[in-house]
Amino acid sequence: MAEFTMPSLGADMEEGTLLEWLVGPGDPVHKGDPVAVVETAKSTIEVECFETGVMGRLLVDPGATVPVGTPLALIGPTADGAVEPEKPGSPRRKPGKAAKAGGPTKTGKAARSEKPEKAVKPGKAAKAGKSGEGEKAGNAEKPGEAEKPGEAEKPGKARKAEKPGKPPRRPTRPPPGREEPTGPAPSSPEPVQAPTPAPTPAPVPAPAAAARPGHLEAGPLARRIAERSGVDLETLPGSGPGGRVTRTDVERAAAGRGAARPPRVRATPFARRLAAELGVDLVTLTGTGKGSAVRAADVRRAAPGPAAEPAPARPEAASARPSAERVPSGRPAAAGPSEERASAMRRAIAGLMTRANRDIPHYYLSTTVDVAAAMDRMHEHNRRSPVGERLLPAALLLKAAALAAREVPELNGFWTDDRFTAGDGVHLGIAVSLRGGGLVAPALRDADSLALPQLMAALKDLVARARAGRLRGSEMSGATLTVTDLGDQGVETVFGVIHPPQVALVGFGRVVDRPCAVDGLLGVRPTVTATLAADHRATDGAVGARYLTAVTRLLQNPEEL
Amino acid sequence: MSVARPTRTRKDSAPAKSGKKTPERGAGGRAPAGRPVPGPGSAPDPDPGHRRDLLETMLRIRRFEERCVELYSATKIRGFVHLYIGEEAVAVGVTQALAPEDAVVSTYREHGHALARGIPADAVMAEMYGRTTGCSGGRGGSMHLFDASRRFYGGNAIVAGGLPPAAGLALADRMRGQNRVTCCFFGDGAFAEGEFHETANLAALWRLPLLLVCENNLYAMGTALARHEAQTDLAMRAASYGMVAWTVDGMDVEAVEQAARRAVEGIRTGTGPHFLELRTYRFRAHSMYDPDRYREKQEIEKWKSRDPIELLRDRMRENGELRDKDMARIERRITAEIEHAVEAAEQAPREPVGDLLRHVTSSPAGAVS
Amino acid sequence: MGADGEDLAARTTYREAMREALREALRSDDRVFLMGEDVGRYGGCFGVSLGLLEEFGPERVRDTPLSESAFVGAGIGAALAGMRPVVEIMTVNFSLLALDQILNNAATLLHMSGGQLPVPLVIRMTTGAGRQLGAQHSHSLEGWYAHIPGIRVLAPATLEDARHMLAPALADPDPVLVFEHAGLYNVSGELLPPAAPVDLDHAAIRRPGTDISLITYGGSLPKTLAAADELAAAGISAEVIDLRTLRPLDDAAVNASVARTHRAVVVDEAWRTGSLAAEVSARIAEDSFYELDAPVERVCSAEVPMPYARQLEEAALPQTADIVAAAHRAVD
Repeated sequence: MAEFTMPSLGADMEEGTLLEWLVGPGDPVHKGDPVAVVETAKSTIEVECFETGVMGRLLVDPGATVPVGTPLALIGPTADGAVEPEKPGSPRRKPGKAAKAGGPTKTGKAARSEKPEKAVKPGKAAKAGKSGEGEKAGNAEKPGEAEKPGEAEKPGKARKAEKPGKPPRRPTRPPPGREEPTGPAPSSPEPVQAPTPAPTPAPVPAPAAAARPGHLEAGPLARRIAERSGVDLETLPGSGPGGRVTRTDVERAAAGRGAARPPRVRATPFARRLAAELGVDLVTLTGTGKGSAVRAADVRRAAPGPAAEPAPARPEAASARPSAERVPSGRPAAAGPSEERASAMRRAIAGLMTRANRDIPHYYLSTTVDVAAAMDRMHEHNRRSPVGERLLPAALLLKAAALAAREVPELNGFWTDDRFTAGDGVHLGIAVSLRGGGLVAPALRDADSLALPQLMAALKDLVARARAGRLRGSEMSGATLTVTDLGDQGVETVFGVIHPPQVALVGFGRVVDRPCAVDGLLGVRPTVTATLAADHRATDGAVGARYLTAVTRLLQNPEEL
Repeated sequence: MSVARPTRTRKDSAPAKSGKKTPERGAGGRAPAGRPVPGPGSAPDPDPGHRRDLLETMLRIRRFEERCVELYSATKIRGFVHLYIGEEAVAVGVTQALAPEDAVVSTYREHGHALARGIPADAVMAEMYGRTTGCSGGRGGSMHLFDASRRFYGGNAIVAGGLPPAAGLALADRMRGQNRVTCCFFGDGAFAEGEFHETANLAALWRLPLLLVCENNLYAMGTALARHEAQTDLAMRAASYGMVAWTVDGMDVEAVEQAARRAVEGIRTGTGPHFLELRTYRFRAHSMYDPDRYREKQEIEKWKSRDPIELLRDRMRENGELRDKDMARIERRITAEIEHAVEAAEQAPREPVGDLLRHVTSSPAGAVS
Repeated sequence: MGADGEDLAARTTYREAMREALREALRSDDRVFLMGEDVGRYGGCFGVSLGLLEEFGPERVRDTPLSESAFVGAGIGAALAGMRPVVEIMTVNFSLLALDQILNNAATLLHMSGGQLPVPLVIRMTTGAGRQLGAQHSHSLEGWYAHIPGIRVLAPATLEDARHMLAPALADPDPVLVFEHAGLYNVSGELLPPAAPVDLDHAAIRRPGTDISLITYGGSLPKTLAAADELAAAGISAEVIDLRTLRPLDDAAVNASVARTHRAVVVDEAWRTGSLAAEVSARIAEDSFYELDAPVERVCSAEVPMPYARQLEEAALPQTADIVAAAHRAVD
């Protein structure tokens, strides 16, 4: 018994629609006889069989679209009656076998449509679609087949036929042997297939219509905030349940907008390479090239020692494959500009921190502060304020640190030339970690005299500009006391290294609910751990303790902030 | 779907009926209106064995291609596959006139030419499969069959693109005083290409030993001759370049052979290029499958009634030269040969992808950028 | 004219050097023949083959009809049959009429036949502008040909290369296209015997330098050398690279030069968009990115069909001053 299969009628043909059988079961056929009419994307073609014998069972009914290679019918030998002649109306094969015989056919979708529960909630349509694709992948059918752009352009016949609720012109039937679908009525929604713009309106809207690209699952509040702050919801990864975009996601995106990369030094590739080799920090150079780009000559001028004279052609420069021979020079050959930028900053931080740890005798103090009152105050403020003016805990912590510095001026200033010089105001250095790695600590000037909303605004602005590489020169220096708030990084306690020539560094951890005794009762309170790293040359522990006590007092009496 | 039918006269589409007529040779290459059909010049071997060879070769081509249809439908063969079914008498008849040292330049519908020229079915089938044992190492495919050892210079898939190199092959023979002929096949569609006319002029001007074989199957892909040529008398047009040109019944393999032998003989005696217009018909689509919107079913059936294989078979039966058991034996032999070719192709190795850049230049290092 | 190779000692022209190369080829190998429009009685449109018909006869110096496709294709066929044809196409603009043969046959036959059919063919043609010949005789399309795998593209720019590139081109088993810039034919000078066998794989340093690489080929070489002189006067040491072979490109030579100078100007008489200059620039960016101390500069023709009027044609073409200015942009 031979199989007559859906033939490939062109190099680009992947499936065809059986339009008509030209023979019936029991009919004798000869090799080369046209036995069926098949419609492809290009044309309608009478297809021939390659066997001589008697037509056996027809496996696919007219109207069905099946992939190339799908058996369409069986052809038996002529002589003996090995063929099981099929009489019209005789019971066909069992459904169980149909899937096998039918092979990877579009009926995979029909099978899915038997599970309407998957399609119930419009809001979940996207998910349902996804799981549908999973099944599809399990099927032999190619995933996303129906969504291929080429097919999408055409009002695909198969699609049209499968359009829910509309009696198809040429119904796609399950393979023969399958009885009428036992599942839903033909009008049941088709959960998987994306709706195709159809010439005739589909009476039942497909739930899949709700499945739009991107994360549009966002609450109205998140939407409003997004709209106001110009954040594109489509591009936002959601952190909420089921990938929902939350308000926090939007606010975070709004705060980080425009904040991209650390300052980009304009330099030629060769200058960058040279700078890395000679240990010159590009940031310190003034470029003389096109558009003030730093060029090799600028790097050489800045290079310490004998390398400052024009570098002779390196020995490998004359070789045929300079790029290949660059590798053994100890420097990763593929280091790109951004990596070089990051490593330059890394070296700057390394130098500074080494100096700090070598020269400054640090002492450390720590206290845990009940910030329930401060948080209450913040929440109350936020309830009254538009989104853009809401406070974050950092604002209160900074304000407390600034006011405490005013109270304990011995920690607010510089240790230079073996003596302490008090700062000319409280200018908090705000440690800002950069996305590409590294750290800057620009100054938030006169932080002690800013009201909370102003401080908050100034903080947001400073952080955004630090991350965008748009700090002003005056902000790069002049900080009198640095605060590092790693609360948003999830840590509880920070023991920092002092930024010389300052004499102290204040650290705040995360605001975290902790059990604690309040008025003789065990309560759960929001708390924060405040730490102080101070220069023992400038102050002693008592001064530091005074400072932390002041911070505690201020946070517990937020009306003072 | 209603499609505009080509407007052609019956005369254009009717098969030539002049298979057995004794042709007259166009004098001095100025064949009057292309009608005359050449008759026995140097007559073919009257031996019925020769006719049996003709029959077997045509049948081999036919069965080979029928198997290709099957393999294509089963996606074993890909690409464009242009079938020769119906036109076998042309390839088989013309190649009878060629000596082994003569050269053949062909078109993209060249399975018949390749097999008739003696390229083994194994090598052609393996090429269809894209395997290293193919006659082009799997680099060519159906449209680009080559065999340098048999001076088979290939399937050229640019209509008329093979004509200029064919002139060059002939030129080289002439310059070196080698008495060889180059035979170039092309279709009626080539008449619309400048390369045909440039080459016809050049070949006639330089009196090159070139046999121009126009397989006029009446359609340039889907466009009927009368819809693409203002003057459909192709032999007359070829004659206008100053070369001998005849029109021949392309469904009668013996008539084709006779004409080709006379033409080749003329070429070998130094009378310059000869042109044969062979009226023939492809029974199948342009490439594998097409909806045949551009020709009438009746027309196809009419031409099928002059199937070149059946024509010769019946003639031999009438003469008592072919018994049913002979026919059965031929069929068996061919089937075995083709099945062997298919099996061998299935088993044949695929070229490793690492060899991708081979054969771009002759440099052993492979392609250079 | 008519001087023998050994007698060329003193002064010769590019045209004479090319003719001498043809004469040598025709003399030394009877498989070689020259074919093209007016190569015989006329003596070649540019006079290159003057006198060869008389010396070698009409079989080997063949005038053809104006059928570029037919005679280029015939060259391919003759090459397949074991001859060594030299086909002359009058100008690169006319070669478009034979593009089917060059691309679909000459460049692909070896591959399509699975390595059975090499095509040892040489096609010579003139290229380039500068003689007020307008928009159908003046273009530089060699970059198009350099796009095609399977052929070798040469651009002899010096007397030495004009004289000595043909022999290795004829020895190459694959198709070789030789582009002769029409502006070079009258260049004269002393032809020195080649120091080493002339090869077809390497670019040449026509002038060494340390500050900037000027990369060019063909008809732009004299202008580029003149630019290097001007730059030297301004204290800039320019290295001039003559690509010589446009396919395959000698990447190693270009990269080595850029590694020395860290700056590059590519000079190409073709239109800038999609040009060979674009290819060279891209390769420098790919292979020598970390050597670059300035953006790569290109000096190409203006994107306009070549105008007839003298001042417009001059403005459209790369000129020495343009090259000097580009070099200054990169160095200053």
